[in-house]
Amino acid sequence: MPTDLDSMVKVFSRPKSLTEARSTYCPGCQHGILTRIIGQTIDELNIAERTLIIAPVGCSVFAYLWYRCDAVQVAHGRASAVATGIKRADPNLVVLSYQGDGDFASIGTAESIHAANRGENITVIFVNNQVYGMTGGEMAPTTLIGQKTTTTPSGRDAAMFGYPIRFSEMIAQLDAPVYVTRQALYDTKRIMDATKAIKKAFTNQVEGKGYSLVEVLATCPTNWHMKPVDASRHVVDVVTKVYPLGDLVDRG
Amino acid sequence: MGEKVLLRGNEVIAEAAIRAGCQCYFAYPITPQAELLEHMAVNMPRLGRTFVQAESELGAINMVYGAASVGVRTMTSSSSPGISLKQEGISYLAGSSLPAVIVNVVRGGPGLGDIAPSQCDYFQATKGGGHGDYHMIVLGPSTVPEAGTLTMLAFDLADKYRTPVMILADGMLGQMMEPVDLPDPIDVASLPKKAWATTGAKGRDPNIILSFDLDPEVLKRMNLELQRRYREIEKNEVRYEEVETGDADIVIAAYGTTARIAKTVIRMARAEGIKLGLFRPITLWPFPYAPLKKLSERVSTVLTVEMSAGQMWEDVRLAVAERAETPFYGEMGGVVPTPRGILREVKKYAH
Ligand SMILES: Cc1ncc(C[n+]2csc(CCOP(=O)(O)OP(=O)(O)O)c2C)c(N)n1
Ligand code: SF4
Ligand SMILES: [Mg+2]
Repeated sequence: MPTDLDSMVKVFSRPKSLTEARSTYCPGCQHGILTRIIGQTIDELNIAERTLIIAPVGCSVFAYLWYRCDAVQVAHGRASAVATGIKRADPNLVVLSYQGDGDFASIGTAESIHAANRGENITVIFVNNQVYGMTGGEMAPTTLIGQKTTTTPSGRDAAMFGYPIRFSEMIAQLDAPVYVTRQALYDTKRIMDATKAIKKAFTNQVEGKGYSLVEVLATCPTNWHMKPVDASRHVVDVVTKVYPLGDLVDRG
Repeated sequence: MGEKVLLRGNEVIAEAAIRAGCQCYFAYPITPQAELLEHMAVNMPRLGRTFVQAESELGAINMVYGAASVGVRTMTSSSSPGISLKQEGISYLAGSSLPAVIVNVVRGGPGLGDIAPSQCDYFQATKGGGHGDYHMIVLGPSTVPEAGTLTMLAFDLADKYRTPVMILADGMLGQMMEPVDLPDPIDVASLPKKAWATTGAKGRDPNIILSFDLDPEVLKRMNLELQRRYREIEKNEVRYEEVETGDADIVIAAYGTTARIAKTVIRMARAEGIKLGLFRPITLWPFPYAPLKKLSERVSTVLTVEMSAGQMWEDVRLAVAERAETPFYGEMGGVVPTPRGILREVKKYAH
């Protein structure tokens, strides 16, 4: 008796460049979606054999486990400097510097800006979740005004702690970067846009065009104390008002 | 054959690094090592190699970390305050077993100090400096030609043991000009391949560079492996020089520029009938404890002389224990001891 079981085709599977390692991210964390997008991009561009993943310090410290690619774990904030050393030593490698907002926009400020300003031919993904996820939800440079974190228990007060930093806008002021964009992951359309942006950021590097930065607004349901769906809604309603989506530089 | 040239210590270190096959050099300007950076700025691009003036010493040491991961020979240089900034990176290099060469042309400290010669970074260099249970090999050249040969050696040792290696020089050595026989460049292609390097996972499982594991048992094993390698280095790589120690009653223990001055003091002392010798550690880590111990059995006094408040002195006392007197004479803040000043100290112990 024929059934439609016989005509089933696999339309969705794990990208070949991703390992089977169990995720260390919390349920609903959007770092996980990004991992999938990056894996898919590496597959599509067929660059797994020459891609180097830089695993930062932060919730993505285990990034060296997720990909069937060589990987280098680095000190907090220094990923863009390490990426510079790798790329200068072997320009044929494709280097992904994957960094959190504390990593990229606070402790690593100098390394981040100067790698961009030198126009290093690398791809940077900068995950803006407005907190220090790994260490328990402290204030990040990107934390919103009024946002409660473990180190701003009554909400971020600008007079005391300054303002949320629009780091990509700062990078966009520089002459060297070829592509600077801000993306989000809160719905299918945004995930598809982010996928396109990440593919472009890798393609720029493969084609030798120079520095590409993809800032991604991501959720941290755990430290925001929200359900994943509410967290995504929060990105739409609140976060994107401070950090507008879209391309800031496109000289590709 | 090599070529004979008149160069500053800083330039000799740079040129030796180039001839040792250094492919990538990253640094941030600071006196008294600026000529090293400038020599690299001119010559590395000319050879098609990488020179990057980094945004800071933090940037530089982490660029070194990246280049070392890929398996190329790489170096950074600085002076004391800049070396303090590199400590986190050096700890990561040690923890991740990455070979690299770091040059410290030491100046007076602490804080901003001055730009005059000093040996006040001995503790930092030999006892860890950064966080964690690690060592690096520390080489202390005493003349400009030796700065060249030890720089060549530093790259070999770094690769052999997968460890950072420091050249601990001082402002005097960096600035002094001497005639040098430059060694022939090595053939980079003939160096052993580094199977562990992250060169792209082509036709093999991925290589991972890391100093991290959340499981204490695993991290303990990683530490034990480092310690095993340190014991091997201690066994194989101790280097030192003894000068006129055969009949000596008093020996000076000194390294680097101070040891060089001590050689003059030996001539002066012996002209006055004092049987003076010199024990000069060349590897500051691993420190030559055993040979110094042996020597201390047949002398009355081991006088440590340093441009510091007495840092290597601690290692000398560990080696000598109660076998001989272990007095100390030091100058600080960039003041260089004179032969006369050292001789005056020696005479206190001559009977
Ligand atoms: C030099 C140094 N300082 C502090 C830390 C502690 N630390 C680990 S992760 C982290 C924050 C990471 O936050 P972020 O970069 O935003 O990444 P996320 O976890 O949010 O993805 C901090 C401060 C460290 N490992 N090293
Ligand atoms: S703490 Fe936040 S950022 Fe970290 S894994 Fe959990 S949800 Fe993701
Ligand atoms: Mg964060």
